[in-house]
Amino acid sequence: MGKTISEKIISEHAGRELKAGDFAVVDVDVVMSQDGTGPLAVSQVKKMGFREVKKPEKSFFFIDHSAPSPRKELSNSHIVLRDFASRTGAVIYDIGEGVCHQVLVESYTCPGDIVIGADSHTCTSGALGAFATGMGSTDIAVGYALAKTWLMVPHTIKINFNRKINKGVFAKDLIIYLIEKITSDGATYRALEFGGEVGARMGIDDRFTISNMAVEAGAKTGIFPSDEITKKYLEDQGRIDCFREITADRGAKYEKIIDIDCSVIEPMVSQPHTVDNALPVSSLEKIMVDQVFIGTCTNGRFSDLKIAADILKDRKVAGGVRLIVVPSSRDTYLEAMEKGVLKTLVDSGAVIQPPGCGPCVGVHQGVLGDGEVCLSTQNRNFKGRMGNPDSFIYLSSPATAAWSAVKGYIADPREVLG
Amino acid sequence: MSGKKKNSKILIGKSFKFGDDISTDLIAPGRLFHLRSNLPRLAEHVLEDADPDFAKKVKPGDFVVGGMNFGLGSSREHAPAVMKIAGVGAVLAKSFARIFFRNCINIGLPALVCNTDKIESGDVLEIDLKKGIISNKTGNLELKFNPLPGIMIKILDDGGLAGHITKNKGFKL
Repeated sequence: MGKTISEKIISEHAGRELKAGDFAVVDVDVVMSQDGTGPLAVSQVKKMGFREVKKPEKSFFFIDHSAPSPRKELSNSHIVLRDFASRTGAVIYDIGEGVCHQVLVESYTCPGDIVIGADSHTCTSGALGAFATGMGSTDIAVGYALAKTWLMVPHTIKINFNRKINKGVFAKDLIIYLIEKITSDGATYRALEFGGEVGARMGIDDRFTISNMAVEAGAKTGIFPSDEITKKYLEDQGRIDCFREITADRGAKYEKIIDIDCSVIEPMVSQPHTVDNALPVSSLEKIMVDQVFIGTCTNGRFSDLKIAADILKDRKVAGGVRLIVVPSSRDTYLEAMEKGVLKTLVDSGAVIQPPGCGPCVGVHQGVLGDGEVCLSTQNRNFKGRMGNPDSFIYLSSPATAAWSAVKGYIADPREVLG
Repeated sequence: MSGKKKNSKILIGKSFKFGDDISTDLIAPGRLFHLRSNLPRLAEHVLEDADPDFAKKVKPGDFVVGGMNFGLGSSREHAPAVMKIAGVGAVLAKSFARIFFRNCINIGLPALVCNTDKIESGDVLEIDLKKGIISNKTGNLELKFNPLPGIMIKILDDGGLAGHITKNKGFKL
């Protein structure tokens, strides 16, 4: 019988034929945690009596969530990670290197891999045709120690993005539209497999955005088949040797197939306090913003910063609005610097912060005040997410965010891109 | 409340009812990120942004009862960990977000899927983990919960994933 991409990858890693619903212990290719979850993983490795990691070259720690450290407790957690990595030979990416998910796709994830990470947005790597999923610190500790994990092979929902995308509409709008439709638990325990003619043509950065937010529908992973676009990306990254074509078999059994007509999608906004509480910007009442944040593993890549800069060129951020921009990796930062994108952003009034998670996690670098409103390109807007339960977070594409920063309220980017 | 009875899989406690979509940000918020290295201190703030007094009111063995999609959001294992440290004996919900559910089992905190509509805050529940039955002593009714997959029962029986791996020197599922 035909297999879905998840069934194929998990079967390979278990060394036997598996189908949706089966349980298996599998080998894993990439194991990672970050500074919020890594210290607990390290203590669990030690608690289980392991002194080494199984595959140091494929075991990663990222200091991205509170980087540079805003307080001593976190500085001490960073020391735990640095010490453990240096003792075991695990790979560590220290402050300023970027968000874990972005560094993994740039330099490590290969099509067909199983990637596990102590971060819910580990599913980002699914854009390269990997089975990538988030877990907790103890699972990741076991992954470090044994290079194995246990999985239930998920049932798959196929998402076909069909027809065409209108001007001013981006991958972020598509994924918010999808989550609004299927709700924030519409894909719990399921894999999402993305396709359709729009999906097949979609650039790699857009695929990262979409896979990144699969978990916001509850999904275990969000996978694109690997194809010529994946191949070109890996080639540009100097990693062509790890390219493999991974697609679902003909006759693969899907739990459900959802067809999305992209031509009806408008720029979307998620309203407080859930991602699925979304509607088109055009239907939104006038919402004044105090802060606009462009960045994160969802939308902090060069193409995102470029879209924002094109809108902000020769314009100014509205009075009373703070615009914070955080490149998602060092490579992104350098490219934006070399191509003048950062200059444009700074000229417009933006504040640029070092690569990392920025204010998304509510630790530092833009914590909101009581009653304040932020429009962000991040992936979630739960109450308290940005450090204050008495603030309000809206989510959008970088284009909507940039245009809203100019207007001072949440505004439709088609007014400027149309 | 008495918590766990000796030599049995019966849990007894009082319920604290929450709504749908209780995120890990409400359970263990990012603004307290620095306390993740001190879980007993973080536990003093457990669920604070959903119910500011919960940490003061909860007694060992009590239950957290949610609606749909309990634990959505981040992978932070600290969220179920601080619930357990605060004394929570089990979490009941109509449905759980995947990572949170897996984390509960990994740390040895029972997470039970059942229809929670007929449970109110303050109800005294007696839960038979083996039989899969929740008796609402206050509401005077019985509820069934979905049995866990065999793999998860093994992990829970070993006291969580770390216990399972230590005991078996690897996976034995």
